[in-house]
Amino acid sequence: MIRWTLWVPLALFLLFCGVAAYQLTQPKDEFIASTMIGQPLPEFDLRAASADRPGLAARDLRDGKPRLLNIWASWCIPCIAEAPQLEALRRQGADIAAVAIRDKPEDVARFLANYGNPYSRIGADDLSELQLAIGSSGVPETFVIDGQGIIRYQHIGDIRASDVPVLMQELAEAK
Amino acid sequence: MLSKCLLAAMSVFLAAAAIPAAAQDSMPPAPYAYNQLADPEQEAKAQDLMETLRCLKCQSQSIADSDAPMAGDMRHQVRSRIAQGEEPEAIRAWLVARYGDYVSYAPTVSETTWPLFAVPLLLVLLAGIILWRRLRARS
Repeated sequence: MIRWTLWVPLALFLLFCGVAAYQLTQPKDEFIASTMIGQPLPEFDLRAASADRPGLAARDLRDGKPRLLNIWASWCIPCIAEAPQLEALRRQGADIAAVAIRDKPEDVARFLANYGNPYSRIGADDLSELQLAIGSSGVPETFVIDGQGIIRYQHIGDIRASDVPVLMQELAEAK
Repeated sequence: MLSKCLLAAMSVFLAAAAIPAAAQDSMPPAPYAYNQLADPEQEAKAQDLMETLRCLKCQSQSIADSDAPMAGDMRHQVRSRIAQGEEPEAIRAWLVARYGDYVSYAPTVSETTWPLFAVPLLLVLLAGIILWRRLRARS
């Protein structure tokens, strides 16, 4: 009789094949979450990205009021899709500060004229420096910043209608 | 007729596939995105680091390999920090603190990666023990 232990390597190999096959069929998660949740915003002071809104500095985001920080760009196509949702958030009372990544004032102005301007402030991040400093890996992304300037939540990708209540809830919890 | 249909379908498909490529900004690249540092020793340090940092927009490339604007901004960040005298490993640690281990190609032993290092050692050890017992049994 063949000893049962002889089958152990084959069983292990089949288990390995099974795990590998299962992992290959799973959709790949392309999102890289920021590991800065719970950390304070770094110091920064960005010039105004458009003529009719002030720029954005770290001190503007620690005045006691929780805010959304929207990382976007006029050249970003999903940002067009989320514009109505940002407007909905603003109408529900959210204060939305924005950072425009690698953007020219004229392009920012054209985007805002076409798709609306829900922002209270817009800073220009020409070298993606703030984006890298807060662990954001693309546009659009939306962070919840509490009144002390601590990063509380990160939403990756464009905001859908179903994300609006989630963000309002996170904003309420960031008091 | 059929070929016309196919052609139309293909052009629609190609146009759809081209959309992400169109989403590029019109800003010039960051100063150190495509320019080397004047000091060759510093540039070599920066190059070594950039080859082991993952591009966040194009996840199978290093930032040294990628033409994505964000990779250019990361190269600018690496080169200007090295020019200011920062150590490459400090810059890597700064990025890992923001994006997790994911951003670094350099293997590190951590809470989640230790089995990758431990399992091969265990297998070699196991093979050694089996071999030793076999040889001893035969002699």
